[in-house]
Amino acid sequence: MSGILVLAETRRGELRDVSLELVSAAREVKESAGGRLTVAVIGADAEVFAGDLAAEDVDEVLTVSAPTEQFEAHVWQRALGALIESEQPALVLLGHTIDSIGFAPAVAARAGLGFGTDVTAISWADGPRARRGAYGDKLVAELEFPGKECTLLTVRPGIFPVAAGSGSAPRRPMLVDLDGAARTEHVEYLDVAAGDVDITKAEFLLSIGRGVEDKDNIPRFEELAEKFGATLSVSRPLVDAGWMPSARQVGQSGKTVKPRVYLALGISGAVQHLAGMRTADTIIAVNTDPEAPIFGVAHYGAVADLFEVADELEQALG
Amino acid sequence: MKIVVAVKQVAALDEEFELIEDGVGVDADYLEWDVNEWDTFSLEAALQLRDDAGGEGDEVVVVTVGDEEAEEGLLSCLAKGADRAVRVWDEELEGADVLAVARTLAALVQREAPDLVLCGVQSSDAVNGATGTALAGYLDLPRVAVVTQLDWDAASGTATVHRELEGGVIEVLRIQAPALLTIQTGINEPRYATLRAIKQAREKPLKVIGLDDLGLDPAVVQAAAGSRTVALATPDRGAGAEMLNGSPAAVAARIVEIVNERMSG
Repeated sequence: MSGILVLAETRRGELRDVSLELVSAAREVKESAGGRLTVAVIGADAEVFAGDLAAEDVDEVLTVSAPTEQFEAHVWQRALGALIESEQPALVLLGHTIDSIGFAPAVAARAGLGFGTDVTAISWADGPRARRGAYGDKLVAELEFPGKECTLLTVRPGIFPVAAGSGSAPRRPMLVDLDGAARTEHVEYLDVAAGDVDITKAEFLLSIGRGVEDKDNIPRFEELAEKFGATLSVSRPLVDAGWMPSARQVGQSGKTVKPRVYLALGISGAVQHLAGMRTADTIIAVNTDPEAPIFGVAHYGAVADLFEVADELEQALG
Repeated sequence: MKIVVAVKQVAALDEEFELIEDGVGVDADYLEWDVNEWDTFSLEAALQLRDDAGGEGDEVVVVTVGDEEAEEGLLSCLAKGADRAVRVWDEELEGADVLAVARTLAALVQREAPDLVLCGVQSSDAVNGATGTALAGYLDLPRVAVVTQLDWDAASGTATVHRELEGGVIEVLRIQAPALLTIQTGINEPRYATLRAIKQAREKPLKVIGLDDLGLDPAVVQAAAGSRTVALATPDRGAGAEMLNGSPAAVAARIVEIVNERMSG
């Protein structure tokens, strides 16, 4: 087994960014891994994306035509299983995304592959090695895949750059019998995060998280945001608790924001949250836990009680 | 209806902690154990389904792979209303990765033959988001991952679910039982156990079994393992954040200063 197989991801007719990030990740280890870099895309409209995927250093683009209009986890599972069997790669890369979570672990389980998820760095030393977070990103773990001829890794989105430059990779349609593979029935898509406020347009976000502790404390931060000229946004737990509408949620399942200033009060910075705000121009974080992952992406940090800081902010702003 | 809920006792790091010197791991003195947050939502979903079904034979079985630390977690699930619990443990499972755990759970779930298997989307310590889907893979069960709404139609044995995608989009889909769902936080409001229920939980069946009891060869579990953790370290935070020190007043003053500077530029 040799070479690298990248599986691109599309949704509702669009190529998702993570696809070309995976190509960048693959390029980093291509030489030491040896063999070819193949990019595959599965879907009813797979061919449409082949051109965009023929980035520099890609040797071939494989298209697999799927019988379902939308992503379907069991169809994708069978298709990826067939791709691995026919291409015999040493390394398979997917995005660590909601779609992948629905089928990649099943592929790895069924085929007895080496397996690592939410990977943030890949290296090669007599086989792949991968780095990922541990204990909610407070530590970093290094993984090996002993005895595995093929390893499947899901790579954290937003870590590797989007591969630029077009190559001249030939495309090859691959026939996989996917009839009857689907085991769920698509009903519809719902866009649920629409609301009265568009936090993606705000230049200054004051964002609150679990640290506010109680629903009754929220009005005070609404007032503080207003005084400060900021728009209030929140992390997931406040939406889960039903305290705030999902239109205000920053993160993987909420909105991706890029304000000039992101002031995070009482947000520890789970990876799903960081995915939605890490590219803000200036990030200021206040948290009581000095090990909180949010300090890893913040430009300014304070280990402090958010209520005490909020008291003082209210005073300072008059 | 019979529902199996797979739960995990997760470890959180204390603010101060030490790594063990010869090996890969955190000194156990610095770990705090609790039921995985996601699993409290999947348990609640299962309890609601069982209570709605309201039949005699309906039950919620909580299962886990874990050492004695996991016992307390199972008791809390029983206190909240699960009917019985099974814990699988064996020395061979020490340090088991996500696929080895899923392979073990598969043998257990197969014996239970439930209508539904519910798992949390991910655990707060390992954050793989993989146990449920791998388990479904081993069992060849249809599944949906990252479910934020679950409507069960008993007559047809069909679940209509919301799958939470990135960026505030939901996919609505239907799936026929037997099936596995991985449950996202916020799908419901997990109940608290009453003091009385906590006391009574000890009277409920909690079985501890080994790989032998499942007819599982340790070599099979070992072969299933997808990775080995060879090093564990504190992350290099790069330049990291510039820390604002001093009193809350000093911190607030600096924040106002920074914000004004950045917003006026």
